[in-house]
Amino acid sequence: MSFYDVIQKYKNFDFQKYLNSVTPQKIENILNKDKISQLDFLALLSPASDLYLEQMAQKAHIITKKNFGNVIFIFTPLYISDYCDNSCPYCSFARQHRITRNHLSLDKIKEEAEAIAQTGMRHILVLTGESRTVATVDYLTKAVSLLSGIFSFVAIEVYPMLEEEYSEMVKCGAEGLTIYQEVYNEKRYHELHRGGPKENYLFRLDAPQRGAKAQMRSVTVGCLLGLYEATSEVFFAALHAEYLQKSFPSLEISLAFPRLRPMVRNFPAYCEVSDREYVKFIVATRIFLPRCGITVSTREKKELRNSLARLGVTRMSAGVSTAVGGHKISFSSTPQFEIADTRTLEQMKNDLIAMGLQPVLHDWNTKYFATNFNK
Amino acid sequence: MEDFLEIAGIKIKSRLITGSGKYRDESIIADVLKAAECDIVTVALRRVDFDNPQDNILKYIPKEKILLPNTSGARNSEEAIRIARLSREIGCGNWVKIEIIEDQKYLLPDNIETLKATEVLAKEGFIVLPYVYPDVALARKLINSGAAAVMPLGSPIGSNRGLKTLELIEILVEEIDAPVIVDAGIGKPSDAAHAMEIGCSAVLLNTAIASSDDPVKMARAFKLAVEAGRLAYLAGLGPVSKIAKPSSPLTGFLDQ
Repeated sequence: MSFYDVIQKYKNFDFQKYLNSVTPQKIENILNKDKISQLDFLALLSPASDLYLEQMAQKAHIITKKNFGNVIFIFTPLYISDYCDNSCPYCSFARQHRITRNHLSLDKIKEEAEAIAQTGMRHILVLTGESRTVATVDYLTKAVSLLSGIFSFVAIEVYPMLEEEYSEMVKCGAEGLTIYQEVYNEKRYHELHRGGPKENYLFRLDAPQRGAKAQMRSVTVGCLLGLYEATSEVFFAALHAEYLQKSFPSLEISLAFPRLRPMVRNFPAYCEVSDREYVKFIVATRIFLPRCGITVSTREKKELRNSLARLGVTRMSAGVSTAVGGHKISFSSTPQFEIADTRTLEQMKNDLIAMGLQPVLHDWNTKYFATNFNK
Repeated sequence: MEDFLEIAGIKIKSRLITGSGKYRDESIIADVLKAAECDIVTVALRRVDFDNPQDNILKYIPKEKILLPNTSGARNSEEAIRIARLSREIGCGNWVKIEIIEDQKYLLPDNIETLKATEVLAKEGFIVLPYVYPDVALARKLINSGAAAVMPLGSPIGSNRGLKTLELIEILVEEIDAPVIVDAGIGKPSDAAHAMEIGCSAVLLNTAIASSDDPVKMARAFKLAVEAGRLAYLAGLGPVSKIAKPSSPLTGFLDQ
């Protein structure tokens, strides 16, 4: 079984027809339910729900508070290599872009990590461009081992791996896996990912499942908004999370649907997603998946992120640099994308506290707690 | 005669146990505990940063309270055992609430893994309080394995849905010769009072207080509810009948 089977069920489904058929009465009925179906969720993403955005936000706020309390999980990304074998036209790291490339040695990773750790950050997300030949599995296991001695929780966002490779990562201390499908629509996916290993749609789609089988504790999936029609993309991203939740009950699942940001070359977005639509996607997702983590990155502006912290978002990054060596070493490296929220961890903490929210800096400790960690 | 909750031979005044998670500001915890007048506080070890003692949730918990570290985050008995041992090692005492969750959607416990962890930890001298479904056969095994109490759920963690498992909890109260502490699902003071009225020894709750707009006031409300429920239980509730007992009976003329 693969999530692909779920996607196939909607192969001949006319999204537009369904979205246009949703009535205000249907939205009211859905908002009165405790549990909603996949098609109810899709209805909440339809234009008919525009008038009910406030009610949806209120419901999402209550569900979030009940399930997660007043806390926001805080993490930061650490870019260690920007070499890439793929040619995604929307990403600065794509192989065809002539940028100065960087790849951190273990010593340099340690330097960067220590600079981050000094700010009080305890949860780290290790990122690379997708090059198996530069950021090899061996290199990543060593990097993860090193970082798990410095941080309490290490997650990875790298190229899709085989299950046994994920197992190696877990043994070295990685307990979180983030991997975005980018685009769930298969045809559009192939249009955007010509050349490079990323051509393989199914291998990427099943990566979160392989990670879960390899005993990852938490998995984040999602799509990049602006690459295809947003409603169906959000729909499938949420169904992917739902599928993983059902298949791996002990897994902590999170979702993110970042919006495209400016990068090294201007990439024409397929569609623009307004703030209003973006908020609707978040609150509808919270109503559909009450226990799912929802991440909002620094691709979004401070003001919007602050507001979203009350509407369903449970995970936020802070003190972010999207360039290799961006925390301490300061190479002349190119960020993967421009960030819109430049707050430091300290500023972020203070802002959340002022809003009556508790920033959670320590939510697990791999080196003490995990039984499958071989250190 | 004073009425105490007795766990592992230790006499405890308050029958309300609270948690320390989900608060908007952890510095309010001391005030909440004061208002709740509770003696036992549960803390998720996953939130304790051992490498960073100055930024640590434990600093908000007054020293005189009994710390009940819980194994939140454990997916199996091995992880729960590991967390419990670590907890004792760092000086958090020998009480442990075993919480093994195999299901992140409803946060329901894994009874089988919980029994395995109880068997090991009780032998190692821990005061073990296992969080479980209200299953009487399992509860007997837990007590026989050395658990100091059983902690059945009223409804899923954080759901605030009240005592959905009422009839099964009543059976535990009747059959198990150890404290039965309702843990999870208590959303309102009236739910807590109800649990105490049917003879539960104590209640453990967190979300209902932590996610309230005024946690300190809500803590006091729960304290009063737990006391009221306990008193009602001790006093003996009047019989409940479905048959009306009219003050002007229709057959009263026969006695005239």
